[in-house]
Amino acid sequence: MRRLPVVFGLVAVGLVVVTAMVSLAWTPYDPGAIDPAARLAPPGWPHLLGTDTFGRDTLSRLMAGSRICLLVGVVSVAIAAVAGVPLGLVAGMTRGVVSRLVLRATDLLYAFPAILVAMLLAAAFGGSTLTGMAAIGIATVPVFTRIARAGTLTVMSQDYIWAARASGTTWPAIAARHVWPNIAPLVGVQASVSFGMAILAEAALSYLGLATPPTTPTWGRMLYDAQAQLFNAPLLTLWPGAAIVVAVLGFNVLGDGLRDLLDPRLREVV
Amino acid sequence: MHVVRQILTRLSALVLSLLVASLLIFVALNALPGDATSAILGTNADPVAVAQLRARLGLDRPLLVRYVSWLAGLLRGDLGTSLVSGDAVSSLILPRLGVTVSLVAIATVLSVAIALPLGMYAAVHRRRARGFVAATVSQLGMAVPAFVAGIVLVLVFAVRLQWLPAGGYVDIQRDPLQWLRHLVLPSLSLALVNGSLLARYVRSAFVEVLAEDWFRTARSVGWRLWPALWRHGVRNAATSLVTVVGLQLATVFVGAVVVEQVFAIPGLGTLLLDQVTKRDLVVVQDIVMLLVGVVLVIEALVELAYVALDPRLRGRREAR
Repeated sequence: MRRLPVVFGLVAVGLVVVTAMVSLAWTPYDPGAIDPAARLAPPGWPHLLGTDTFGRDTLSRLMAGSRICLLVGVVSVAIAAVAGVPLGLVAGMTRGVVSRLVLRATDLLYAFPAILVAMLLAAAFGGSTLTGMAAIGIATVPVFTRIARAGTLTVMSQDYIWAARASGTTWPAIAARHVWPNIAPLVGVQASVSFGMAILAEAALSYLGLATPPTTPTWGRMLYDAQAQLFNAPLLTLWPGAAIVVAVLGFNVLGDGLRDLLDPRLREVV
Repeated sequence: MHVVRQILTRLSALVLSLLVASLLIFVALNALPGDATSAILGTNADPVAVAQLRARLGLDRPLLVRYVSWLAGLLRGDLGTSLVSGDAVSSLILPRLGVTVSLVAIATVLSVAIALPLGMYAAVHRRRARGFVAATVSQLGMAVPAFVAGIVLVLVFAVRLQWLPAGGYVDIQRDPLQWLRHLVLPSLSLALVNGSLLARYVRSAFVEVLAEDWFRTARSVGWRLWPALWRHGVRNAATSLVTVVGLQLATVFVGAVVVEQVFAIPGLGTLLLDQVTKRDLVVVQDIVMLLVGVVLVIEALVELAYVALDPRLRGRREAR
């Protein structure tokens, strides 16, 4: 029972990852190929999940969409963790001005959600997959700062930190040898949850046309196109919608499950 | 005295945050080589025309001067004029502000109405299958983007059942009933997602309440479970929940930006997206500042409300 969420999360995440890898080598049709003779075909043969307004194969586009979703997730979470975790470490290991400055900056960044940052970047540079990833990454930085700081504070209150200090270990060495190994699992769990959030944000951005250009198949864009055909082909909204939910649910449940496995005390409360 | 000082400290921090936020927004939009002229005249425009336009729009002034004059304008309530259409930005924003605010307000009320029963149910039955089902429902709700929920709601209630309109907006002064009918599905799609997230906090808050000694005392003197939870539990959980609801308001505001697009509602979100596409930097700058400002003000109010709701926190130096 306790492992169930982790198993479910791994299966869902694995499904998305495998789909993305397969789509690199093979999709049933070219995701961009237009076939006027097969417009809005219902699910069946040869188009397993049917086709859209332009006769493009839904299954192929769905498979290709998983690539962007994972790419944006990996890059934006990496940006957030690489910038956020060191800030959290510093804020947790120092007292006074530096720590308060980092905290204030973190609070301020919370007021800039991914979609607003994406709009700023799109207005300034024009929207692209890059601005989308940057926007989601920037907006996720404070999440990692906060979790890293909380973990660092717990570690720093332990007796062995005093012992390390007393024996002359320097601050960077303490951070690398004692603090980081202890907070790494927390950061990993957060990365999984943030990955889910990043997929949600990416879907919204590509739905709004703010990030990845419409020529590249994304789940958000597929929903935008499908919405225009809501009366004729309601099933077209189902596939990308379900894909987003499965991917997000997978990463969320995996994160929660891992946290419970790592720290059984948290199970009842969080 | 402690309380007064606490309020003043928080307010000065708010002013500082607003100032830094405005600087960030300004730099993001203005510190680039290309500017609004290329969006208006195209990239291959005559350099003389570009220079004239830059002078007319005030873009030839130094960055710092432009920043200060923007800020001074904001303080006077003068939001500037649109680069593309030449309209006063305030005349673009004001009629849409009410639309977005009513959407956010209804969505927030709905999400509390969803989260409170769902979270309490999951907490009470947490060791049984029923509680697991309730927790799973909220986990599932969190994974559905608001705009997907919106499309599904349109499909069911507008396309199939034809009970409610699929989109658009009617002003409350023209027809209050139609106004509400047009806002039901958009606010519900926001509330389903945020309510699911909120339900998790409600659940953990009530798991704590259920473990409290005073709660066991209340039960032992004859209070039934649910009356005890509603009468005593909600008030005790309220302090932490008000914080979450307040902080979620920010999320709902941003969610509204997307949902307005799904339902073609003429609110701030559709205006913002429209201006981003036209690259009208002045309007974008004002609306983003407005939204970020709202989020920061809400955060400050939530912290102050926290102190007001929980007397135990009064007089402490750090509210957090």
